[in-house]
Amino acid sequence: MSTSAQSEIRNPKSEIAIATRRHFFSQCGVGVGSMALAALFQSDGLAAPNIDPAHPLAPRQPHFPAQAKSVIYLFMAGAPSQLELFDDKPKLRDLHGQPPPKSLLEGKRFAFLKGNETLLGATRKLERVGQVGMDLGELLPHHRKIVDEVCWLRGMTTDVFNHGPAKLFVNTGFPAPGRPAMGAWATYGLGSESRDLPGFVVLQSGPRGPRAGASLWASGFLPTSFQGVPLRSKGDPILHLRSPAGITRQAERDFYNTVGELNRARLDVVGDPEIMTRINAYEMAYRMQTSAPDLMDLSQESADTLREYGVTPGQPSYATNCLLARRLVERGVRFVQLYHTNWDSHGGPGENLNEDFEKVCKDVDQASAALVLDLKQRGLLHDTLVIWGGEFGRTPMGEVRNTIGRDHHIDAYTMWLAGGGVKSGFMHGQTDELGFGVVEGKVHVHDLQATVLHLLGFDHERLTYRFQGRDFRLTDVHGRVVQEILA
Amino acid sequence: MQSLQTGIRASEVGVNRQVISLAMLVLLAAGCGLCTAAPPDDVRFNRDVRPILSNNCFYCHGPDPKHREADLRLDTSDGALAMVVVPGRPDKSPLIERVTSHDDDMRMPPPASKKGRLSDQQIAILRRWIEQGAKYEGHWSFLPLAKAEEPAVKNEAWVKNPIDRFILARLEQEGIVPSPEADAATLIRRLSLDLTGLLPTPQEAEQFASEFSPSLRPSVSPSGNEGETESQRDSEKAYAALVERLLNSPHYGERWGRHWLDQARYADSSGYSIDSERQMWPYRDWVIQATNDDMPFDRFTIEQLAGDLLPNPNKGQLVATAFHRNTLINEEGGTDPKQFRHEAVVDRVNTTAAVWLGLTVGCAQCHTHKFDPISHREYYELFAFFNNTTDVNNKGATVSVARGEMFGQIPEPPPPPPELVEGFAQRQAAWEKEQLALVAPASTLPVTWHPLEYVEAGTSSGTALKRLEDNSLLAASPIANHDAYRIVAKTGLKPLAALRLRVLTHDSLPKQGPGRAGNGNFVLTKVTASAAGNPLKLVSARADHEQPEYGVAGTLDDDPQTGWAINVGPKSQAKMNADHEAVFVLATPLAADGPIEIRLLHELHGDYLIGRFALEASETAPPGTTRVDKELAEALAMPPESRSTKQALLVRDAFIAADPQARAAKARREAAAAKAADVMVMKELDQPRETYISLRGDFLRPDKDVGPLSPGGLKAVAPAFPAQAGRTRVDLAKWLVSPENPLTPRVTMNRVWMRYFGRGLVETEEDFGTQGTSPSHPELLDWLAMEFVTGPKSNVQGLPWSMKHMHRLIVMSNTYRQSSKIRPDLAEKDPRNQLLARQERTRVEAEIVRDAALSASGLLDRTIGGPSVRPPQPDGVYAFTQTAKKWTPDTGPARYRRGMYTQFFRSAPYPLFTTFDAPDFSTVCTRRIRSNTPLQALTVANDEAFVEIAQGLAARVIREVPADDSPARLKRAFLLCLCRQPNDRELAALQGYYDRQLAELKQDEARAKQLLPTSQQPNASPATAAAMVLASRAILNTDGFITRE
Repeated sequence: MSTSAQSEIRNPKSEIAIATRRHFFSQCGVGVGSMALAALFQSDGLAAPNIDPAHPLAPRQPHFPAQAKSVIYLFMAGAPSQLELFDDKPKLRDLHGQPPPKSLLEGKRFAFLKGNETLLGATRKLERVGQVGMDLGELLPHHRKIVDEVCWLRGMTTDVFNHGPAKLFVNTGFPAPGRPAMGAWATYGLGSESRDLPGFVVLQSGPRGPRAGASLWASGFLPTSFQGVPLRSKGDPILHLRSPAGITRQAERDFYNTVGELNRARLDVVGDPEIMTRINAYEMAYRMQTSAPDLMDLSQESADTLREYGVTPGQPSYATNCLLARRLVERGVRFVQLYHTNWDSHGGPGENLNEDFEKVCKDVDQASAALVLDLKQRGLLHDTLVIWGGEFGRTPMGEVRNTIGRDHHIDAYTMWLAGGGVKSGFMHGQTDELGFGVVEGKVHVHDLQATVLHLLGFDHERLTYRFQGRDFRLTDVHGRVVQEILA
Repeated sequence: MQSLQTGIRASEVGVNRQVISLAMLVLLAAGCGLCTAAPPDDVRFNRDVRPILSNNCFYCHGPDPKHREADLRLDTSDGALAMVVVPGRPDKSPLIERVTSHDDDMRMPPPASKKGRLSDQQIAILRRWIEQGAKYEGHWSFLPLAKAEEPAVKNEAWVKNPIDRFILARLEQEGIVPSPEADAATLIRRLSLDLTGLLPTPQEAEQFASEFSPSLRPSVSPSGNEGETESQRDSEKAYAALVERLLNSPHYGERWGRHWLDQARYADSSGYSIDSERQMWPYRDWVIQATNDDMPFDRFTIEQLAGDLLPNPNKGQLVATAFHRNTLINEEGGTDPKQFRHEAVVDRVNTTAAVWLGLTVGCAQCHTHKFDPISHREYYELFAFFNNTTDVNNKGATVSVARGEMFGQIPEPPPPPPELVEGFAQRQAAWEKEQLALVAPASTLPVTWHPLEYVEAGTSSGTALKRLEDNSLLAASPIANHDAYRIVAKTGLKPLAALRLRVLTHDSLPKQGPGRAGNGNFVLTKVTASAAGNPLKLVSARADHEQPEYGVAGTLDDDPQTGWAINVGPKSQAKMNADHEAVFVLATPLAADGPIEIRLLHELHGDYLIGRFALEASETAPPGTTRVDKELAEALAMPPESRSTKQALLVRDAFIAADPQARAAKARREAAAAKAADVMVMKELDQPRETYISLRGDFLRPDKDVGPLSPGGLKAVAPAFPAQAGRTRVDLAKWLVSPENPLTPRVTMNRVWMRYFGRGLVETEEDFGTQGTSPSHPELLDWLAMEFVTGPKSNVQGLPWSMKHMHRLIVMSNTYRQSSKIRPDLAEKDPRNQLLARQERTRVEAEIVRDAALSASGLLDRTIGGPSVRPPQPDGVYAFTQTAKKWTPDTGPARYRRGMYTQFFRSAPYPLFTTFDAPDFSTVCTRRIRSNTPLQALTVANDEAFVEIAQGLAARVIREVPADDSPARLKRAFLLCLCRQPNDRELAALQGYYDRQLAELKQDEARAKQLLPTSQQPNASPATAAAMVLASRAILNTDGFITRE
C-alpha cells in the first residue's frame, strides 16, 4: 500500500488514486469502512499528502527531495539569555545601569518589566570563537567544539511574550492551543520510517515540564496518529507500557490479534474510519512494548559515548535524552523534541542569572554539542536537522527580583540549527548595538517553520490540511524560507 | 481617494499576523462545501456579504477605531454608505472599483495584506448586493430569536417532533434519505451513555429489546396495517419509558452536571505551580442536585452568578456561587495577591462570556475587539460586576458544608471534643504526673554511637546515594530541586534510644558541602523514623550548629517551611562548610532490634539537599537530652493554673495524643469534620472597588481619564441595562437570561445539541461572534432556543428554561434515533455529516471510559457526590510537578467511584483523563477534543484500574453464568459491555482466544493465579477464571466498548 500511496502524492485525484482505493477495497478484505476512510483522508489540497488509512504513519514522499529526513528539536524551555550566551554587546556593557533609550521602548510590551529598569550589560564573559567568528559565552564551553558545525541564527523574532503562547507559537504557528505541532505536521507529511515507535516523540528534563504542556505536541485538527508521544525518563518509559502480571509476550500477541479482529468485525458492520485508526493504535501499542524498553536500554552504548554526552546510566537527564534522541532517529523516528527547563532567568528564586543559570547551561552544554558531533561521526547529521533554542529571548534591561535577571524579549534572540541541509559554520542575522532589535537577517518564527518544512521537502504553503472549510498550514498565512542559510 | 490610499498603505506596517490568520480561517470556513457556485438571486448580507467583508476588510475598516484606516468602516451601513457604497449603483460604488482594480496601489485588499484578490464570485456577490440596495443586517447570533416556521416535509411519517422537520426538510432539499432507526441494543446503550454515562444492565437491555423490537416481542400482532401501528405504538411507548427512566435517574445529574463542571472549570486543586488540594466538592454536589431537580436554567444561572446577593440566600444559593471561585489561586512565594485577584476577575469575565454568550471577549481585555462589537470599555464594564468581591487570591469567603447537605440531608451535630468526654481531666492529671517523672534527664550514661548498617538507601528523585568507605552516603548530582532520602538500616541495638545524623563535607560538593546548594548549605525540613511500619516519635532534636531561624527543631514539625540549615552570619565563629551533627532522641526507646527506616526530607528551596551524611545510633540518649519536648517539659513543670494558654494547649494535646480514649474522641470529631468542607464562595464588599479600563490589559495601568466605570452589559447582544444605580451580579445574571438576550439560549442549546451529535449546529460552539461558523440549521437552532426559553406549548411536562424538556425533545426525535453507520452514498455529498442523515459515532469522554467499564464489571460504587477519591494510579505521575501530591489509593468501594469523583490536580491530572483528552480545567472548557492513540490502548489494556475492572467483569460473568459454559459466559461478557450479542465472527474470535489461553493457563497455574485478584476467588478453577479475565480484557479493549454508536 505504501508504495502506491507514495506514487499518487502529486496528483491524488488521478486514476492511480482511484485504482488504489479499489485495490484497497478488493485486495485487503476490508469493507465499506475503509472506503469511507479513504474518502475522509482524501484532502482537497492538491499537494496535501495522501494518507494510507490502514497505515497513517507509512513513509510518504514530500513535494521535492528532502535534505533532512528527521528532526531533533532541542527546546530550551523558558528562553535562554542570548545576551549572556550568544550576542555580545559591548555598548550594553558601557551603558550598564543607565535607562534604555526611550525610542527603543516605544510601543514595546514586556511580561514583567515595570518601566523603571536599567540596561544590564552581559553578566558573563563572551568570546569571539571559531572560523565563523561567533560570540560564545563562557558558560557554554562545549559549544566551542561545534561553533563551526552549526548555523547560527542571531536575528530570531517572535510575536508573543508569554511562555505558553510563545511555545505554542513556535510549535504550531499560532499562539493558542488547538493547532498541530511542527512534529505533527512533519509526520503528517512524511509519515515515519519507524513502525515500532511513534513518529513524533517528546522527551523532558529539568525540574518541571514545560508550560503549556501537552498542547505543545498535540496534533490539533490533524488525525491523532500524528500527535507527539511523551517518553518518560523514570519507570516505564511510557505510562502503562507493561502488560499485567501473568501475561506472556506470546499471550499478548494473541490478545492484540483478538482485539484487532473484533474491531475489524465491527468496522465491516458500521464502516467508521475511526475504528481503523483504533486498530493501528493497538498495533503500535503492542510494538511499543518491546521497542520502547529496547530504545531506553543504554547498556548498548559504549562507555566513550556515554562519557561524550555526559550520561550517567540510570539517571534521567538532558544528556540521556540527547542520546535517546540519536537512538530514536537511528530507529527512523521522524521528529524528536526535547524540552529542558528552566531557562526563565527573571532573577527570582531558582531562576537567577547566577548559579541557576550556570546550572541550566551546564545541564545542556555538553550533551548538545556531543549530539551534533555524534550524529556527524555516525553519518546521520547530513539528513538530521538539529534545532536548538527557546521560545523567545531576554531583555537588554535588567529585571529586579531577588537578584537582577532579564525579562522576556521577543524582538531579537538567537537559535542554532545543524545538519539537515543548512550551512555549517555560518552566522545569519545581526542585532543593533544594544540587542533590542534585529538590523539584518531577521528570521521570524514563521520563517523558521517554513525553512524546516523546506528542508523536509515541503513547500510550506502547500503542506495543508483542510479543516472547517479552510486549508490550514503550519505557517498560517506567513513564512518565508530563509534561503541564505541553505547549504 | 488619495487619502484613502495613503492610509491603507500605512496600515500594513502594523498588520497583526494572528488576527489576519483568524480572518483567513473564517473566510474559508464560510465558504464551506455547501455553498453554491453562482451568486444567489437574493443576496443576504449575513449569509453572503458579511463573510467577504469581515475577512477582507474589517481588520482595517471595522469596529476598532484605533486600527481603523482612512476613517472608513464597512461593518456599519452608515460607514459604508457615507464613503464607498452607492445603493443600487455598483458602478458608482468605490468599493467595487477598489476590489476590481488591477492597479496594485488601488486594489483592495492591498497586496501587502497577502489576502489575494477577491474571487469573481465574491465580487459578483458584492455587486448584486449593492444592486439590491446594499442592506445591512446585524450579525446573525445577535439578532433576536426568529420565530421559525416549522418547514413542510414530504415524508411526514418520519417526523416525531418539530426537530425532525427541520432536519428532514434540508435532507429532502439535498435529495438525501435519512438513515433507518438504530436497533434496540444500540439505542439503549446510546441513551444510557448520553443521559447517565453508565451502561444499562443486561436485564434492562434485554427487557427494552423485547418491548421495543416487534420481532422479539412474544406475541406478534397479525400482519396488516392495524397490527403494525399497534406494534409501533408499543415500541414508541417502550422508548419513551426508557427516556423517562433515564431522565429521572440520579445519574443523569452526574452526567450532565459533569458537562457543566467542564464549563465551571471545576477542579480539586488551586492550580499554578504549587497546586495544593482544595475542597470544592460541595459545589459539585450542588450542580448534580440542581441538574437532577431540573432547576430552570435561568435560576441555575442567577444562583451561580449571584446566589449570595439574593434576599436571604440559603446555603445552596451560597454554594452555587462557588462557580466563580473555581478560579486559580497562586500560592507561590513572592506573588502579588492583587495581580492574581485581577487574573481571577479576568477569568470570571471570560468564563461568563464563553459559557452564556459563546463569545471570546478576551481580546477586548487589551483593546477593542477587531471583529466583534465588543469595546475595550465594555469589557471593563462587565469586569466591574465581578470586581467587588472579598476574595483576594488565597483569601476570601467560605461556607461550611457537610457531606450530603447539598442533597438535602440534615448534617448531624458534631461529636463532642475529647476534653468534654467524661474522665478527661482526671486522666490528664495522672498522665502529667507520669510525664514529669520522664522530664528528668533521659540518661546520664556516656553515649557510644554505633554506625548503622544500611540495607537500602535511595531517594524519591532517583538520585543515587553512594556508600563510601567510611560508611557515609554521598548523593549524586541531583535531578530534583526537592528530594526525600530514604534509608533502611540495621542497628543491632537493643534498645535504640537515639539517632545521630552527621552531615559531612566532600570534595565533589559545592564549596565542599556538606550541602548541595551553591554555598554548601542545605535545609533539612523533616526527619522521620519508623520500625516495622510503625512511626517512632522523635523528640528533642539538638544540633552542634544551627543557622538562625533554621533550628533543628524544625525537622520534627510538619511545617515544610521550617528546617535545619547551617549557614553562618558574617561575625559568627562557626563554619558552614564543615562537618556538623544533629541528634534525635526517641520518645520511647525501641525495644526490638529489627531494621528501621529513616527519611530525610528536603522540601524548601531548590537544590538545598544534604550532599554527604552518615547515620549512627545509640542505646542511650545523650546527657542533657530528655524524652520530653523541651517546651512540653517546661509546661509540665508549671502548675496547671499558672500555664499560659499556649502551654495549656501543648499539655492537653500531648495528653490527647498519648491517651487512647481521648485520641478516639478526637478521631471521631475529626472524621465528622472531614465530612464537611469550607467551600469558597462569593461575597460582596461593603464598599465596591472602583473599576477602570486597564490600558493594554495591564492591571497596573488603570485609565483614569475615562474614570471609574459602572457595570454594564454588551450593547450589541441585548439592550443596555436600564439606568439604575448599584448594578450587581444579580442584574448581570438576569440580563444574561432576559428574553431580549438571544445568545444565551442559542449558545446553550447548541452545546446540548453538540453532546448528542458530536458537533453543534454551530460548529464553533465557543465562538458565536462574527469569526465563528454559521449555523448549519439556523431555523432549528432558533426553534430550540425559543422552545427552551418559553417552555413547551402543550402544557404536558416541563417549564420555561427546562433542560429536561429539551433533552426529551432531542432524544425523542427520529433524527437522534438514526443509525450511526457510515453511508458510502454520503461520502461525496456530506462527508462530515453536517446534514445529519445519520447519527454520529463518538468515543466517550475520559471519565465515561472509566464509568462504562466500572458499570460493565459490576464494581461500580454508585454513591453520588461527596469529597473526591483516589483510585490507583501509576507511579511517577508527579515527576514533573513542583510538589509531589499525596496519593494513597482508596480501598473498598471508594476505589470504584465514577471518574468524575477522582481527585483532580490541575498540574498533574489523573493520567487516564489526560490520555483521553480531558483538559486541565485551568480555564473554561466548552468542548473536548477526541483523540485516538496508542497511549489510550496501553491505558485500557494495562492500567491497574482496568486490570481490576477486567477481573471484576470476569468474576461477574462467572457468578451470573455458574455453569462452566464458555460460549454462554463470553456472550454474557459481550452483552454486559456492548448490550448486544456478538455476531458469529466476533464470537469465533473471542472463543478462539479464550480456548487458546485456557489451554495455556491450565499448563501454568502460577500464571493463572497472577491474573486473578488476591482477595476473592471466583467459583471456577484458576485457569478458567484467568482465561475469563483475559477475554473480559479483550472486550473492554474494543473500539466499540469506548464508543457510543
